[in-house]
Amino acid sequence: MTHTLLHIVLLLGVPPLLPGVIGKTKAWFAGRNGPPVFQLYYDLAKLLRKGSVFSTTTTWVFRAGPVVGIATALLAGLLVPFGGQPAPISFAGDLILFAYLFGLGRFFTASAALDTGSSFEGMGAAREVTFACLAEPALFFGFLVLAKLSASLSLTTMLHVRFPSGWGVTGASLVLLAASLFIVLLVENSRIPFDDPNTHLELTMIHEVMVLDHGGPALGMILYGAALKLFVIGAVLLRVVAPVDAGNAWADAGIFVATMLALAVAIGVVESVMARFRLVFAPTFLVAACLLSAFSMILLLR
Amino acid sequence: MSVWLVILGIVCHAVSGVPGLFVKRHSAAGQNIAAGLGLVGSVAGVAGALWSVWVPTLPTPAIKIDGISVMFLLPIFVIPALGGVYGLEYWKQADHPQNGRKLCFFYGLVTAALAAITIAANAIEFLVVWEIMALGAFFLITTEDEDPAVREAGWVYVVAAHMATLGLFALFALMHSVTGTFALVALPDNIASGVAAAIFLLAVVAFGLKAGVMPFHVWLPGAHAKAPSHVSAMMSGVLIKIGIYGLVRIGSLLPHPPLWWGGVLLAAGTISGILGVVFALGQHDLKRLLAYHSIENIGIIVMGLGLALMGRSLQRADWVVLGLAGALLHVWNHSLFKSLLFLGAGAVVHATHTLEIDDLGGLAKSMPRTALCFAVGAVAICGLPPLNGFVSELLIYLGLFRSLGIGAETPWAGVAFAAPALAMIGALAVACFVKAFGTVFLGVARSHHARHAHEPPPTMTGPMFALAGCCLFIGLAPLAVAPIMEQAVAAWDPQLAAGGPGLSALAPLGWVTVCGLALAGLLALGSAALAEMVHRGGTASAGTWDCGYAAPGPRVQYTSSSFAQMLVGLFAWVLRPRVETPGELSLFPGEARFRSEVPDIVLDGAMRPGFRFGARITSSFRFLQAGSVHAYLLYIVLFLILLLLWR
Repeated sequence: MTHTLLHIVLLLGVPPLLPGVIGKTKAWFAGRNGPPVFQLYYDLAKLLRKGSVFSTTTTWVFRAGPVVGIATALLAGLLVPFGGQPAPISFAGDLILFAYLFGLGRFFTASAALDTGSSFEGMGAAREVTFACLAEPALFFGFLVLAKLSASLSLTTMLHVRFPSGWGVTGASLVLLAASLFIVLLVENSRIPFDDPNTHLELTMIHEVMVLDHGGPALGMILYGAALKLFVIGAVLLRVVAPVDAGNAWADAGIFVATMLALAVAIGVVESVMARFRLVFAPTFLVAACLLSAFSMILLLR
Repeated sequence: MSVWLVILGIVCHAVSGVPGLFVKRHSAAGQNIAAGLGLVGSVAGVAGALWSVWVPTLPTPAIKIDGISVMFLLPIFVIPALGGVYGLEYWKQADHPQNGRKLCFFYGLVTAALAAITIAANAIEFLVVWEIMALGAFFLITTEDEDPAVREAGWVYVVAAHMATLGLFALFALMHSVTGTFALVALPDNIASGVAAAIFLLAVVAFGLKAGVMPFHVWLPGAHAKAPSHVSAMMSGVLIKIGIYGLVRIGSLLPHPPLWWGGVLLAAGTISGILGVVFALGQHDLKRLLAYHSIENIGIIVMGLGLALMGRSLQRADWVVLGLAGALLHVWNHSLFKSLLFLGAGAVVHATHTLEIDDLGGLAKSMPRTALCFAVGAVAICGLPPLNGFVSELLIYLGLFRSLGIGAETPWAGVAFAAPALAMIGALAVACFVKAFGTVFLGVARSHHARHAHEPPPTMTGPMFALAGCCLFIGLAPLAVAPIMEQAVAAWDPQLAAGGPGLSALAPLGWVTVCGLALAGLLALGSAALAEMVHRGGTASAGTWDCGYAAPGPRVQYTSSSFAQMLVGLFAWVLRPRVETPGELSLFPGEARFRSEVPDIVLDGAMRPGFRFGARITSSFRFLQAGSVHAYLLYIVLFLILLLLWR
């Protein structure tokens, strides 16, 4: 019971911290002070109280975008184990629900963008759904590797495998898998090198440009939903690169939050030292991610 | 009793169009009688089919209703009846005096023939009703036969249909040579492997032609696009599924399938799935786009079937249960959401008189009910929770993942590579339906047709809501339909099904309900919260901001071709898109045009040249066909004498 409550508290409370930590890291690299790490909490508190402007072009779909984005990310968050503790909801096959929930979120985010009738938002929607077509197979190859290693089909047990033979046998496979999942994490959350979350210039238009017309509470929900998504997908990656179990709900939660913040720092480092890809090269890189996880799978089958 | 109810249903459908032939051309009476008889027949048929789930019927030499038949009978009775009601307004007799009565007559006849195929217990009966179905569908496709494009689509269909029938003659002749009877009974265990393989391959080609598995899909896009929408809904929903029925049925009769059979089906399904959706992405015609999605979904069904066949070869009950149940449930799901989408497309054409996606836009405002139904269909066809498409894809995924040595070790882990392919199909489908839904229903109208759209009357929206309700029901309560699927699996392979775990033990169907309801709860909570915050903060409305662009008109919106451009580019190596660009612009550019289209490479690149070549070769034998009956009689006599000598 404790760990379920703790899971829900972490899921609801911690995500807005990640963009703050990423921002702080990037500011440190650039020699700036940067906004406080809690900036997104302040932003959310302000946005949720503001008024809204709705385009006369829009319909219910425009308002459904942010709502579906949050609801799917929350439900997906209940399927993933945080740190060493099991997830609140766990059954054989939950990994497929996990992946498809983000698909549902994508469907409505992109539709909400098209609802405005703006060419820029159409551009963002087209790119978002295009990149997902290549990220999804990479994710499923990763799931195959984890299912093979753990002989199970539920995220909780898949991500709790103790890797009996150690890194010696499965190590190479897990390194490839971690690299591939990290790329999936970056593209699913529209980070550099695929998208630049700080701008919505035409050249970088993916996620940020899809939400150009959302304002006030709707924008707040979108920002919160995006942070949730980063947090939830990050939790999957963390179990692969840092499978530490303390055996105690509180200690596990502590370790989990610490590693999650380290992941945010890592994303900040990547964003500081890399330039964004030219848009035409992004698919090539995603195909590489697919191949990495496919090789990771083949290594296990040999 | 249940058999008689099913037969009553079939008879009602078969005669539903007959009274209409004797009333006046402009009178609505015939069509009303047809829709009414169709509804009565469907109620009787559904009741009979469901009855036989709980009280199994004894097979007679002519009729056999088992679990597999029931799986197919239910959509066959449900979809055409709803389509018939929809047709009352969509294809009003008063507006279509020349062809309305013909349409009603063949619509009922094809429905009846489809139902009769699934209960036929011997090959002769099967072939007779099959041919009625195949030819009746030709007259349905060519309803508007004054249009040359419609006739063209009809001819392509009829050639494909007859190739399928030819294959079936060979198939049943081979089966007769083995069993010595025309009854559809299991083939003996000691059948030569070559003969069994020939029977299997003939079934794949003949039934694949009907179902539209790539590369046998050539007739499908044209026929679906050119037929009236409720006919497209019926064809895509149930007619192409009869090909799947044939594959499932013949698969159940063949003993000890070797592993490569399942492998062939799994590979064909994967290719159909990916290419179907990729071709759909390149289309500009809403119904053509939906037709290519039928190829994709048939691919997913065939993947499940391939997995089940491999399970039979390897004696893996879990593969059989998950693969077959997933495939059969997807047959239902596809017939529900694809008919829903075709009826939605029909409502669009009814309101705007165009199906050109790039001429539409903004219909969600003028046709909110149609837009809602189309959105439900679009989410369902992408396999997204909490709707029905997710459940059947989940079953197939679980089966594919279990090939990794979960449950029992197998040397065939390569099967699991189909899972990422299925994931890609899902993501591509999301891309395609965001494009279709977004361009047609969202944004601003791109033409005056779209600006003056209006919501269709309840006779058209009612059937759509009924189908959307079914999608939601199966998505939220899959356990309710599990017994029907379990019975179908038991009919397909009694031995494995009896020994192995049941469907509810293998698949987390209860959890699907829990998570579906949780998702619905979160969505309701989120919507309420947003509404409350928006209300408290106050709202204003303005034009779309669009980065401050001063005059955003309808023409600056992303179109269906610009939306799909990147994906079409990624798959250009198989799609071969034809693009016409304006070329170099001078200092004072005049009018410029951009055009892009994705033709069907199999039809235009392989089939048409192949048939032309065949025609050239065979035309040298034309002197044999002189048009003289006496000569033909002579040929027959000579041939019979030859046969006698040979014996």
